[in-house]
Amino acid sequence: MNLYEYTAAQLRDMLKKHKVSSKELTQAVLKRIGNVENKVHAYVTIDADRALAMAEAADKRIKSGNAGPLTGIPIAVKDNMCVKGQRTTCGSKILNNFIPPYDATVVGLLKEAGMVILGSANMDEFAMGSSTETSYWGPTKNPWDLERIPGGSSGGSAAAVAAGEAILALGSDTGGSIRLPAAFCGVTGMKPTYGAVSRYGLVAYASSLDQIGPLCSDAVDAALLLDLILGHDPKDSTSAPRSYEPCVNYLNKSVNGLTLGIPKEFFNKLDNPETSTAIEDAKSEYEKLGVKFVELSLPHVDYGIAAYYVIAPSEASSNLARYDGVKYGLRARDFGGMIDMYCQTRAEGFGDEVKRRIMLGTYALSSGYYDAYYLKAAKIRTLITQDFHNAFNNCDAIFCPTAPSPAFKIGEKMNDPIQMYLTDVFTIPVNMAGLPGISIQAGLSSDGLPIGMQLIAPHFEETRLILLASAFQQVTDHHTKKASL
Amino acid sequence: MKITHAEVDYVAILGRLALDEEEKARYQSQLDDILKYMDLLAEVSTEDVEPMAGPIELYTPLREDVSEQSLPIEVALSNAPDPYESHFRVPKVIE
Repeated sequence: MNLYEYTAAQLRDMLKKHKVSSKELTQAVLKRIGNVENKVHAYVTIDADRALAMAEAADKRIKSGNAGPLTGIPIAVKDNMCVKGQRTTCGSKILNNFIPPYDATVVGLLKEAGMVILGSANMDEFAMGSSTETSYWGPTKNPWDLERIPGGSSGGSAAAVAAGEAILALGSDTGGSIRLPAAFCGVTGMKPTYGAVSRYGLVAYASSLDQIGPLCSDAVDAALLLDLILGHDPKDSTSAPRSYEPCVNYLNKSVNGLTLGIPKEFFNKLDNPETSTAIEDAKSEYEKLGVKFVELSLPHVDYGIAAYYVIAPSEASSNLARYDGVKYGLRARDFGGMIDMYCQTRAEGFGDEVKRRIMLGTYALSSGYYDAYYLKAAKIRTLITQDFHNAFNNCDAIFCPTAPSPAFKIGEKMNDPIQMYLTDVFTIPVNMAGLPGISIQAGLSSDGLPIGMQLIAPHFEETRLILLASAFQQVTDHHTKKASL
Repeated sequence: MKITHAEVDYVAILGRLALDEEEKARYQSQLDDILKYMDLLAEVSTEDVEPMAGPIELYTPLREDVSEQSLPIEVALSNAPDPYESHFRVPKVIE
């Protein structure tokens, strides 16, 4: 087995016993990147020299005996998290030359833990997309089938883990951007509760929905990374002032007696027979472990996508006003006056989908339409959240597919925004309510494409998701299947 | 059409986006499709429902009123497209 095929937990033990050094491991991952990156295109920026220097520092720390659980493990960071001194573009031309003068809080945590930062992973421009096709740097390919998309917007992060181009990755999730690529690339990915992970230094898309989380091989690795990044940050005013129980305490525990809810609105929409079969099989596995299932209703989730595509673009249109060609980022060469400088800079710097969402959000917030769109959507958001709260009176977590079907072909939905938006039908309501959700692999389609299942828990119950995911992965081997590249 | 050509023009001005005619026509048609899909929202009765701006209860975090180190000027200016001495330079606004 190659070094890049092990999980972080396995590598932690090997590093601790000095069976391998972080430098050897990092070299193996960099070599793997050299071999497959031209096919996959998981990264925007790779910094091999820095990675090797970080690996050497990690080896010293391991030798001196004060290593943490993730010291020396190579990780990819989504290109929307500021890495001090390293170009961070958010997948956009407008930030093409942006060198952050500070680290995002999560990046600082990785550094303190002695992790090896490989570089920045590709993403949909400003995280707006479900396929990683809107990146200014071109699409990432799905390692399981290079003609297909990896999901998005954290497609580079998911593909890097699936292809052995990173052991772990960080992504961000506004409407499914961690869970969807996790499902399509056959990896484990969690969006924690809104407020559980600091957003300081994360380039803002829709601030009331964005959340950073892990993409990795299994629930054990997710627990290790979550235990590092969950926590209060005074620099993020929406960061929850609370403490967190270690997720690693919830690995390999019994799920006997837990109840999972099956929302009929989600299952009614499922018309892909292979996804249905994989989800049914997963349900049987849980039943064997003593889990009970109860059907329930989330009456307003059918309005989730429509409400999301009012709220997220509205917040985006406001957040992206900062790209004005003055303080940082691109400035157009030719323009008339001040206002025209803004207009030309933004026309040149933003891609098609970003412009579309700015237009949509600006329209929804404009005088005369605010009540019909933004205010209406914000009220429906309340109803969706109440639906989940009611559901959790009858179950410990909700169980459903992550996506309606496996990964689609590159280009298939690029000219049809609504079809693209509908990919996130099962993930968006979770962001609307700010809940934690995890996607784990449930099986493979007949074409050999990963199928993901999603578990959703009440606020700040990340540990329950780890418990459920870990119990499933103990008795199944879907998560150990690898793409052949 | 749910959105007129004139509204597309207006929204582009508000959003500070210079669009050509081809883009305007495309966005008009795509926004029209999206807004038609959003007619769904009108189906839901939201009488007496409070709007929700975010998923968690917000509070106002306070800290001690002591000055902390901020970015040095040259670092803050390091990404500026057109820095001048210790300033961000912009085109002339007032003639």
